[in-house]
Amino acid sequence: MELRLAITSHSARVDPLGLLLTAAAAAAWCCLPFVIFKSNRIMPGEPRALQAVLPPWGVIGLPAVLLLTAVVALGIADAKRRLIAALGAIVVLALAIAAAANALTPAGNRIVRVAPGAAFWVVLICLGLLATDAITRLRPRPLARVLLLAVCVGGGMLALRYGPFGNLSVMREYAVNAARFPLELRRHVLLAAGSLIAAVIVGLPLGILCHRTPRLRPPVLGTLGVIQTIPAIALFGILMAPLGALAGAVPAAAALGIRGIGAAPAAVALFLYSLLPIVANTVIGLRRVSQAAVEAARGMGMTARQVLARVELPLALPVILTGIRVVLVQNIGMVTVAALIGGGGLGTFVFQGIGQTAIDLVLLGAIPTVVLAFSGSVLLDALIEVLERTPSAGREAAA
Amino acid sequence: MIQIENLTKQYGSTTVVDRVSLCVERNSIAVIVGTSGSGKSTLLRMINRLVEPTSGRVLLDGADTRSEPAHLLRRRIGYAIQGHGLFPHRTVAENVATVPRLLGWPEDRIRARVSELLGIFQLDPALYAGAFPHQLSGGQQQRVGVARALAAEPGVLLMDEPFGALDPIIRAKAQEDLLAIQRRFGTTVVLVTHDMDEAFRLGHRVAVMSQGRVLQFDRPSVLLTQPADPFVARMTGISDRALRLLALTTAGEAAVPGSSAGPRVSASASLREVLSELLWSGATSATVLGEDGSARGQLDVAAILARGRP
Repeated sequence: MELRLAITSHSARVDPLGLLLTAAAAAAWCCLPFVIFKSNRIMPGEPRALQAVLPPWGVIGLPAVLLLTAVVALGIADAKRRLIAALGAIVVLALAIAAAANALTPAGNRIVRVAPGAAFWVVLICLGLLATDAITRLRPRPLARVLLLAVCVGGGMLALRYGPFGNLSVMREYAVNAARFPLELRRHVLLAAGSLIAAVIVGLPLGILCHRTPRLRPPVLGTLGVIQTIPAIALFGILMAPLGALAGAVPAAAALGIRGIGAAPAAVALFLYSLLPIVANTVIGLRRVSQAAVEAARGMGMTARQVLARVELPLALPVILTGIRVVLVQNIGMVTVAALIGGGGLGTFVFQGIGQTAIDLVLLGAIPTVVLAFSGSVLLDALIEVLERTPSAGREAAA
Repeated sequence: MIQIENLTKQYGSTTVVDRVSLCVERNSIAVIVGTSGSGKSTLLRMINRLVEPTSGRVLLDGADTRSEPAHLLRRRIGYAIQGHGLFPHRTVAENVATVPRLLGWPEDRIRARVSELLGIFQLDPALYAGAFPHQLSGGQQQRVGVARALAAEPGVLLMDEPFGALDPIIRAKAQEDLLAIQRRFGTTVVLVTHDMDEAFRLGHRVAVMSQGRVLQFDRPSVLLTQPADPFVARMTGISDRALRLLALTTAGEAAVPGSSAGPRVSASASLREVLSELLWSGATSATVLGEDGSARGQLDVAAILARGRP
């Protein structure tokens, strides 16, 4: 009886997520290449074995560290230790790939490319998932989450800037595009944030109007829903003609940079895509507000504006912010497509890379986009949680 | 004093309130009672113009309520509703301070008033001022709702089924509190309910409404003994109207000099309670005790029964 108890409690201690991640990472480690060597940037790569490229400390050390992390992931429930193990393994993994790149690159050679292979990416994603899961289990306060994000992103950037990563293929592409990269990054953020801000300025009042006038709701939300279903490329195309005509007819518009192609149609399209989540969430958020509270506010002598500003909007804010978060992440991703019509942004690297079959250049555009979207999501989540700490209509309904 | 003159509300072709005229005396409690859909809430909401009348008018201390903007009028009139309607994102103190803030009272006066009201409603300010509504029990939330309605010292308090969401024991307590508060501040109260017991317990005068019309507006005992309409008689309860009548008189009011060997009852107990006590104990008379515990007289069954007849 005691033995059985011991067995069940022991088997219960194997962490299911840890098991899944370990299995995935182990399978990738065994079957997929860790490093890809290319004699130049557009040649197909050839996989290189770990022991062939890494110095002795890496050949033994990297698998040992990964094994140790797997043991922690499988058996140790303490979230703090899991986080430290995951982050430590990520650092070691990054150092190993840098060492591999440095070992494979002849001194002074700028032609060869050494790229991380599929095994590296799978293991990195598994470690990332392990770390995020540990952070979720730690339930850090919103401010702590933002700080952690800043430390991780800032640390990563400093490491790439000053660390031994210069011979990695992505960093090679970065070195070639170093002058353009900050410009495109800024453009990317400006397009995403600018269209978001414009959508909030228009969408919030529109949502309030739809809440006040139920008759408006179906046509407005219906129209915005239809816009949402138009593929981005098609919407750019649709916008080219009217914006081009506008630029042709009104010189002032052309002077402002409005043209059939470029940033203007991209910004307009992103703005249109952003409206639906913001308007819809404003309507839902306002509808969720306790009617008794609104009735009491009016009954005590608040003007319509005071009811809106002091009762309805504060209570609807978490839901509205959730809509804004959706839009922010969606925009950061969609700006990439804007590069197709000359809108600029990190998508420029992606499409150039596709055109040149240079996958490393694609990654130079794609990886920062993912980091941006992830950071935006973490920031807004933290903001929403701070606001939810002051109880909202939802909690009252639950009480 | 609230004078309601020929007040009518129509939505399209439906008449919700139909030419109602009432006069609520200063410092009194008027209860409007009726079935759902009788128009009682609409009538109440026309007093503070949450609903604008189709025709007729309301005078508050002689002045037409339409002589000032509706939101300014409402700040002078307390308003408490069923389910309290507290602001979930504001603390108890902030909730209570709502109208004083709207009126621009200085902060220290607001703070003093909030503490005073929380004290009156048996909510220790040190414990409850900073609490959020969802942290309170239903009865406490309702008390905060009434405290908030009274915060700016309004002369008139409108209450729309304020105790409807409370369980019977807490409701009885809330009703006693309301009576005590009303005596203390001399507020003129208009309260809407569908509960006839509540109407009789609280109302100095009770208006019975049906299909938008006030059928009768009078003291509870008159409603029981001289119903103006079969509907009023039905609403006030034909089968137990004698007992309801007994419930309107206290033992102290009915006691006669003398003493009795029977059970001892409090002067504030209703005759209905005394009768129940006599039935239970098998006695035929009871001694009535004053607040101080001394005998104030006695009551026998015959005297009680005599008061249960019109």
